Amino acid sequence: MNYHWNWGVFLARTPSGESTYLGWLLQGLWWTVALSLAAWALALLLGTIFGVLRTVPGRWLPGLGAAYVELFRNVPLLVQLFSWYFVMPELLPRAWGDAIKQLDPMLQQFLAAWLCLGTFTAARVAEQVRAGIGSLPRGQRAAGLALGLTLPQTYRHVLLPMSFRIIVPPLTSEFLNVFKNSAVASTIGLIELSRQSQQLVDYTAQPYEAFIAVTLLYLLVNVVVMGGMRWVESRSRVPGFIGSK
Amino acid sequence: MSYRRLLPAALALALALPAGAAELTGTLKKVKESGTITLGHRESSIPFSYYDDQQHVIGYSQEFMLHAVDAVKKDLKLAKLDVKLLPVTSQNRIPLVENGTVDLECGSTTNNLERQKQVDFSTTIFVIGTRLLVRKDSGIKDFPDLAGKNVVTTAGTTSERLLRKYNEEHKLGMKIISAKDHGESFLTLETGRAAAFMMDDALLYGELAKAKRPGDWVVVGKPMSREAYGCMLRKGDAPFKKVVDAAITRLMTSGEAAKIYAKWFQHPVPPKGLNLNFPLSDDMKALFAHPNDKALD
Amino acid sequence: MYDFDWSSIPGALPILASGALITLKITATAIVVGILWGTLLAVARMSGRSWLAWPAAAYVNLFRSVPLVMVILWFYLIVPQLLRRGLDIPASYDIRMASGLVAFALFESAYYSEIIRAGIQSVSKGQVSAALALGMTGGQAMRLVVLPQAFRNMVPLLLTQAIILFQDTSLVYVIGLADFFGSAYKVGDRDGRLVELLLFAGFLYFLACFGASVLVRRLQRRVAA
Repeated sequence: MNYHWNWGVFLARTPSGESTYLGWLLQGLWWTVALSLAAWALALLLGTIFGVLRTVPGRWLPGLGAAYVELFRNVPLLVQLFSWYFVMPELLPRAWGDAIKQLDPMLQQFLAAWLCLGTFTAARVAEQVRAGIGSLPRGQRAAGLALGLTLPQTYRHVLLPMSFRIIVPPLTSEFLNVFKNSAVASTIGLIELSRQSQQLVDYTAQPYEAFIAVTLLYLLVNVVVMGGMRWVESRSRVPGFIGSK
Repeated sequence: MSYRRLLPAALALALALPAGAAELTGTLKKVKESGTITLGHRESSIPFSYYDDQQHVIGYSQEFMLHAVDAVKKDLKLAKLDVKLLPVTSQNRIPLVENGTVDLECGSTTNNLERQKQVDFSTTIFVIGTRLLVRKDSGIKDFPDLAGKNVVTTAGTTSERLLRKYNEEHKLGMKIISAKDHGESFLTLETGRAAAFMMDDALLYGELAKAKRPGDWVVVGKPMSREAYGCMLRKGDAPFKKVVDAAITRLMTSGEAAKIYAKWFQHPVPPKGLNLNFPLSDDMKALFAHPNDKALD
Repeated sequence: MYDFDWSSIPGALPILASGALITLKITATAIVVGILWGTLLAVARMSGRSWLAWPAAAYVNLFRSVPLVMVILWFYLIVPQLLRRGLDIPASYDIRMASGLVAFALFESAYYSEIIRAGIQSVSKGQVSAALALGMTGGQAMRLVVLPQAFRNMVPLLLTQAIILFQDTSLVYVIGLADFFGSAYKVGDRDGRLVELLLFAGFLYFLACFGASVLVRRLQRRVAA
């Protein structure tokens, strides 16, 4: 029972004939990257909103922000994903639900995975944003208001630009997490990278090559993202603040 | 260190000894020596192989498998045989049999020529037709009516491959959804995501029986294929296959198999007392009269 | 509106309970092994000896770059076969639980090691210098001076990681292991009541994790005080 290594398997045609197995891998990579980037954009947007809400004065808005974070941080990602995919369309008004369900199945899976990853990651981003704003000296807020800026203006021009530059390092790790978490989308049938690895095992009976190739692709994504974020970090570092050199 | 050096020597000695079971090979030898057999079963393939509420594995195929295990035990003259049950899925069942994790799998696995390259199949235990489950008022009567519609099937099944091929050959423009399990497939159908669910008819009747309103659903279409379910065992293990085949054949020719059929397909089954009301097909009658291990494709 | 039918749940409670037990087993094993192995990795990385530091860093970075789903699949589909070939192990053993335990323990070690490394770094260098000046060896200084303080600082983070880990165990779904989520899913699949079982499972996860994180926060305040 010796294993026959066959790296040439990636150049073989798939059963349906329209592509090679390498083509499948690249297609999987494409979905992983597209899903992760789209989810990251959503996460930054929602995360900023809910993170800011947690720091504004008053009772209700911070409470709302906290409720969001607690809900999305305390339910497993897998449960959230199945809920977005199977449950959410049932809870919407019938016409909306039906409209979603008539979409191309791949699009439906993408949509559910995007909302799931985006909202899930947003809870983590919100925590970082809150911590970032909290780490600024109180005087900054006061100074902004004293200059005659409204509260939203103070956030827009003073607090957020500063805190985002401070929280780049923790955001990098959340950004990397999005790519890793996107593998969960395989469970609702989205043919992203990790699902392709299983599909390759099924079709080619060359499990080692398939797994090694997919793992290397994830490492590659990781290195690229880390490189990119390091660049952002070096450009955005605030002189005189923690982490600056 | 000395331990490591001793081990190969001990193994060589054990192999050289003219044991009583000298003629045994493959699975039978392994079972005799270890006193255990590992059976693969499904977890939610009603009524073939699934868990009841006490987490016992029950079902039509499970009964066949247990009879086969009894036959193995008798054949090997074992006083005691440990039976290990290992749940398998559509995706992992073949690798698990191939790599030796599972000795025998009776669930709802189609015997076809492609799979025969990887594993062997016992005498057929069930014959199904691949058909469609649709909403009664959907207007879908047969496969050609699926043009342009979303159709769901379960990943890793023969239906999935048939449907993809059919879609390409006839340029129907169907969107095919591959769900992970039959229950997920049915949910996809029930919630309106797909207009039809293609699967083995017996399994479709099982899903239909679970529906919140069974009266809304109907199984339609001329079977795209007829398929034989067999128990999977490792490839090229003729002595083991002989024992399993004999046990299954005995059940069929003695009339026992027909009783097992009635129990699982025409009476209420656990856990919720569903009745599948699936009449004995001509294919099944022919099988019980003349048991064989032929693939039907 | 979807019409909900919760009738499957009462009968399935024993299945769900045994699933919960598996979830707890995996969580507990991964925490214990993760902290022990993670501490060794962290100390190795900071040892200043490149033959120790380099492999430890590679290990941590490798596991932190790959999705947990992939790691679980590796230890289910690939590693056992390799071991079998290498060690001639009989193939009849149900490897899912073992695979899950090993995958989680090794994966979480990488994450714990990073938390612990940060914890060690949080102890001021003067402490080490002081310990060394007192005549302790490097190992003694680490064990008797640095680690006890580091762990005290780290407790809330370690616990938060444990809550994340507890949620992540649901991913053993991909190898068909019936943990709490897996059993809920299987009951739902069997009875055609997936939506209800998923919501039920999600609700219980929320109660458990929310409760735990409230406790961790309370502890955090006490540690900080």
